[in-house]
Amino acid sequence: MKAYLILEDKTIFSGMGIGSDKEIVSELVFNTSMTGYTEILTDPSYAGQAVVMTYPIIGSYGVSYEDMESVRPCAQALIVRELSDISSNFRSRTGLEEFMFKYDIPGISGIDTRHLTKKLRDYGTMNAMVTRKLPQGSDFDKVIERIRAYRVKGVVEAVTCKKSYTLPGNGMKVALLDCGAKDNIAKSLHKRGCHVTVWPAFTEAQTIIDSKPDGIMLSNGPGDPKENTQIIKQIKKLYDSDIPIFAICLGHQLMALALGGDTYKLKYGHRGGNHPVKDHETGRTYITSQNHGYAVDEKSLDKSVAQAAFTNVNDGTNEGLRYIGKNIFTVQYHPEACPGPHDSDYLFDKFIKMMEDNR
Amino acid sequence: MPRNHDIKKVLVIGSGPIIIGQAAEFDYAGTQACRSLREEGVEVVLLNSNPATIMTDKDIADRVYIEPLTPAVLEGVIIKEMPDSLLPTLGGQAGLNLAMELEESGVLKKYGVRLIGTTALTIKKAEDRETFKETMEKIGEPIAASMVVEDIETGVNYAQEIGYPVVLRPAYTLGGSGGGIVNNRQELEVTLENGLRLSRVGQVLVERCISGWKEIEYEVMRDNIGNVITVCNMENIDPVGIHTGDSAVVAPSQTLGDKEYQMLRSSALRIITELGITGGCNVQYALNPESFEYCVIEVNPRVSRSSALASKATGYPIAKVAAKIALGYNLDEIKNSVTGSTYASFEPMLDYVVVKLPRLPFDKFIAAKRVLGTQMKATGEVMSICTNFEGALMKAIRSLEQNVDSLLSYDYSSYDMEELKEMLKKTDDRRMWIVAQALRKGISYSEIHDITMIDLWFIKKVDNIVKLENRLKEEKLDRELLLKAKCMEFTDKLISQLTPDNKIKCESDVKRLRIKYGIHAAYKMVDTCAGEFESQTPYYYSCYGSENEVIISENAKDKKKKVLVIGSGPIRIGQGVEFDFCSVHCTWSFAKEGYETIIINNNPETVSTDFDIADKLYFEPLTSEDVESVVRLEKPDAAVVQFGGQTAIKLTKDLLEMGVNILGTSPEDVDAAEDREKFDEILESCHIPRPEGRTVFTAEEAKAAAHALDYPVLVRPSYVLGGQGMQIAVNDNDIDEFIGIINRIAQEHPILVDKYIVGKEIEVDAVCDGTDILIPGIMEHIERSGVHSGDSISVYPAVSISDKVKSKIVDYTKKLATALNVLGMINIQFIADKEDVYVIEVNPRSSRTVPYISKVTGIPVVEIAVKVICGKKLKDLGITDGLQEESDLTAIKMPVFSFEKIRGADISLGPEMKSTGECLGIAKNFNEALYKAFEGAGIKLPKYKNMIMTVKDSDKEEAVGIAKRFEALGYRIFATRGTADALESGGVKRVRRINKIEQESPNLLDLILGHEIDFVIDTPAQGAKRSHDGFIIRRNAVETGVSVLTSLDTASALAASMENRSDHIELVDIAKIKTRCTF
Repeated sequence: MKAYLILEDKTIFSGMGIGSDKEIVSELVFNTSMTGYTEILTDPSYAGQAVVMTYPIIGSYGVSYEDMESVRPCAQALIVRELSDISSNFRSRTGLEEFMFKYDIPGISGIDTRHLTKKLRDYGTMNAMVTRKLPQGSDFDKVIERIRAYRVKGVVEAVTCKKSYTLPGNGMKVALLDCGAKDNIAKSLHKRGCHVTVWPAFTEAQTIIDSKPDGIMLSNGPGDPKENTQIIKQIKKLYDSDIPIFAICLGHQLMALALGGDTYKLKYGHRGGNHPVKDHETGRTYITSQNHGYAVDEKSLDKSVAQAAFTNVNDGTNEGLRYIGKNIFTVQYHPEACPGPHDSDYLFDKFIKMMEDNR
Repeated sequence: MPRNHDIKKVLVIGSGPIIIGQAAEFDYAGTQACRSLREEGVEVVLLNSNPATIMTDKDIADRVYIEPLTPAVLEGVIIKEMPDSLLPTLGGQAGLNLAMELEESGVLKKYGVRLIGTTALTIKKAEDRETFKETMEKIGEPIAASMVVEDIETGVNYAQEIGYPVVLRPAYTLGGSGGGIVNNRQELEVTLENGLRLSRVGQVLVERCISGWKEIEYEVMRDNIGNVITVCNMENIDPVGIHTGDSAVVAPSQTLGDKEYQMLRSSALRIITELGITGGCNVQYALNPESFEYCVIEVNPRVSRSSALASKATGYPIAKVAAKIALGYNLDEIKNSVTGSTYASFEPMLDYVVVKLPRLPFDKFIAAKRVLGTQMKATGEVMSICTNFEGALMKAIRSLEQNVDSLLSYDYSSYDMEELKEMLKKTDDRRMWIVAQALRKGISYSEIHDITMIDLWFIKKVDNIVKLENRLKEEKLDRELLLKAKCMEFTDKLISQLTPDNKIKCESDVKRLRIKYGIHAAYKMVDTCAGEFESQTPYYYSCYGSENEVIISENAKDKKKKVLVIGSGPIRIGQGVEFDFCSVHCTWSFAKEGYETIIINNNPETVSTDFDIADKLYFEPLTSEDVESVVRLEKPDAAVVQFGGQTAIKLTKDLLEMGVNILGTSPEDVDAAEDREKFDEILESCHIPRPEGRTVFTAEEAKAAAHALDYPVLVRPSYVLGGQGMQIAVNDNDIDEFIGIINRIAQEHPILVDKYIVGKEIEVDAVCDGTDILIPGIMEHIERSGVHSGDSISVYPAVSISDKVKSKIVDYTKKLATALNVLGMINIQFIADKEDVYVIEVNPRSSRTVPYISKVTGIPVVEIAVKVICGKKLKDLGITDGLQEESDLTAIKMPVFSFEKIRGADISLGPEMKSTGECLGIAKNFNEALYKAFEGAGIKLPKYKNMIMTVKDSDKEEAVGIAKRFEALGYRIFATRGTADALESGGVKRVRRINKIEQESPNLLDLILGHEIDFVIDTPAQGAKRSHDGFIIRRNAVETGVSVLTSLDTASALAASMENRSDHIELVDIAKIKTRCTF
């Protein structure tokens, strides 16, 4: 069945519909990872977005449920050049298209994804509609208006856990504020022996402080960080509590906002598994897993409050901060990987050491 | 870290002659690295014995030594040049081994030369089996259960312990030489014995057999402060058990999920970190297809064949970055020259699929066993890029240049299911075609998988191609079907053959239909970053159903003229790296003449496919259709075909039909040189004699011709390369047999039957501007006629021909070149029989000897040819007409063979070319040059002073003289009865009689296997019915590492080199050769 991708600049791409036949309007972003489509689809940070995979054949190794980063796919649609007609891997439990059917995720195959990616790169992130029906005449103009009006909103609320839960362990007690956390954050801590309690994003700071954690982990998550005014206020309280904090992605942005910093939307974001990030402390460069559309303007932060700890080698954007006089460090990228390189998982060890030293 | 300014002068070691397992990839890596070093103001001294390479050019290095790669020579270069550093990681295993020897013997320390790019400890950790095993155990990286053995008994016991089959891997050998999978004690003993001898250190690893697992490779890099990145991973379609050099390979991996991908990636990074490599490294894994279990198979702490492939597959210039790291830079300080805006510290992301196929030499070695295993057999490879796997595979297939353009090209339709299953069990170079046929016959995916262990994913993709073949055979060719076929890269020709539509009869009918439907190839950029950043690199591949992104310069005012350079395709016997040398120099020269240059080629190992050689690179098959698609888009002003060997020449007619002007000699004149009748007319009008000959089409006609001419005659197909299918026939039976073989390789063209004249072979390359001619020098072959020119030892300047013969050659060359209206290059081969000179072959194009003659005369032949092609006159360039003044130096080009790698191949030399590479001996006198040439080819004698002689009857008289010379050198001569009788009656005293191989032990074979024989002189009788004994002797000798000489001329040259041996070797800097040609 034919399907269409309509961009806000009126470009129409046509291909074959895959997965659900539902129509969606979404923010369209591209990811350059060559593997990890299951992790990407289920990453809560993609809530409100449709993902274009630049790698041309997607679905080759099927889907294995343990690769899911949350309980269900969060991306709204998947755009690919070719959906593999075979799933070949010993772990595969289902085909990618079946998986999309199961969770009602629409998509399109047969798209010149490189051409589309270059459009997004040159124009910047665009809104788009995925549909099986091409609107004609005045309907088309209405659709374009609808596409242009779309905003990614209320997404943290949509993806955060509803109730707190615990992964018991004998090590450090960590409170993980779930703003749309990928499962591997909790798993990475738990694997290191931590007793991890996951809290809904809208939990009062005091509740967390009262639970007497050794450290607080602020997770990744979707959407415009500035939208989360309530969470930002609570994070300021966490900052003041002097409990060690490690934050990833949205958490990193929220912490910066809590301390009076500013964030801005990148032209087309960083999404992939190959971005070099320089650690200013060691001078080393790490290949990182990235997924963010916004960045912290490090100049907006008072140097006495926070300083750049990590910088993106490609475009010089901020990739991490250390907070002066505090046991707090935050990164823009994803040390929990999944998908992507595991090179930065030493940061979890660093966080644990920080908690131990503070005890 | 900024650049280390203590590094001012760097010695780079190349990899020597091209042999199986060590090919052009090191010329590519070395050339890129040298350019990268010089970019930083470093003075580069280069040592490589291979004159055909681009790296041994004075444009690439400041000092160039084309000398044998031996410790003594390397030390000599160090003393002469006093470099402060040595970069050993670019010359493959040969270069690395050599550097290690000098490090171990303390030579480097003595002269204060530091190793850069690696350390001795690193090399030891990666290359020494035991230390490697300890290192892997230390960091918890699994390796297959294994043990290093130094004797057979230990090996037998250990194999008993871990169970058969086991894999044997000799330490420090190339391309897995001497190794293999063995299934029982008997096989183990034979292979282990051989492996122990071939290993530089007498060690062989006996290892648990993990054949059938997925074979995955990672190319990783590390800098001076420990930053690590992965350039690329690659998945071998053929599982563990088939050498990666002979495997079909896809990049990136297709059947690994992120968890597996990252698991192996992290492992590779841990390994490069633990080994402390600064530069590039290749790690090979075996991955259990049913679990996360994996084993590290091998680590190459240097650039390798795989790294060349990874560079071309991703656009990431590994050798260039490795050289910068060696100078002290770190990855985040090195610009990514592809994007121009990002840095080398990132990982390339592909948004396309890359397929590599090996180019195997079984078209040359018809008798050889085609079975593939752990011993590499491929001479070269092709790569293709597409947005889907099926398309990439189809493109790669037609890039192979072996008359295949689809999965239907080998016809297995007569085999039934059971036969096909048996065939699937034996892995040979046609396995993909057999898999396709198995699918056509309805054998299930899982059954094919169980037999071949090829992942289901690839089987499914092959089936997609088969299914589309069927659809094309059955359905109407509408737009949708045609587009689908083009997306899968079916050629127009193939579609026209498959479709039942009787209005579509040929290729052009399909093309017309495509134009009607608006289906055209689009080109996408290889940009290292999947489109994330804007990129500068003009490196493109084609695909269908996509948006084109090539920008064509339209500005008419300052628009440069555009020239299309057709490359030479995969490295195969007969068309080696020499033609890449010519293509690259041609490109550079056209750029100097103000042209915009465009290269099309498909060989990932070469310099010509480096992204900064031409203004634009199209990585595409070299078929007419693929070239036409580029032409359609680029609309070049002209194309040049005379530098890309036969591959390019073959496209001439098609280019003309596309309306592309051919620069240089006109196609009609090229044709005249190939067309027997036209050519005979020209010869006659010039009064130039040639051996009498006839053009025939059938065996009967050939026999009639042979009788008319009198046997022996030379039989060969026209339009072939490297003497393919060429044979000397002595009777009617031979003719019947040869014509049968010829008809299997090339049916479309006539067969030539010529009188075979015994004499001296002479060769010249020349540049002609229409009136005047430049002959840089006359080359003489040591072996008399009958041995292919590419397999002969070639001497410049010619030593044994009279001035009268020389002047005849110059006269004939000029007459022929002008009569053929040559504009640019011409290569002519002559036979001199006393004072008579005959023309035997004319190639109006660049030849194999062009790099050699350019370097030893100092005359930039290709550049001059390009200037002439662009309209300049030799006179205006200040070049005197005719033969240039001879050099004071003698330069000898020595062929190098890879026979030990190809089981079952007959090694005797004849009119069909068999060598894979060449090395050079250059010195003030003939004898020293000859000695260097033999040494460069790895023949370093005497050792045991025992030799075997068995010669054909007609050689017996001459053999006496040669035997006497070896006797005088202290040799004991073992000979079978006939030869022994002849030698003794001729007065040779130290003859030992030895039983023939069918006689009782001890016989010849025992002697050879006893390893105390320096070499064998075995001259086989001509004709098809050669002695089977001789074949066995030659094979066994080669496989046990004993040199075999099949021509008395070669033997005589070897004697001469030993008679005049001197311990003092004088080194010649090629870069300082002053040309007498005032250009």
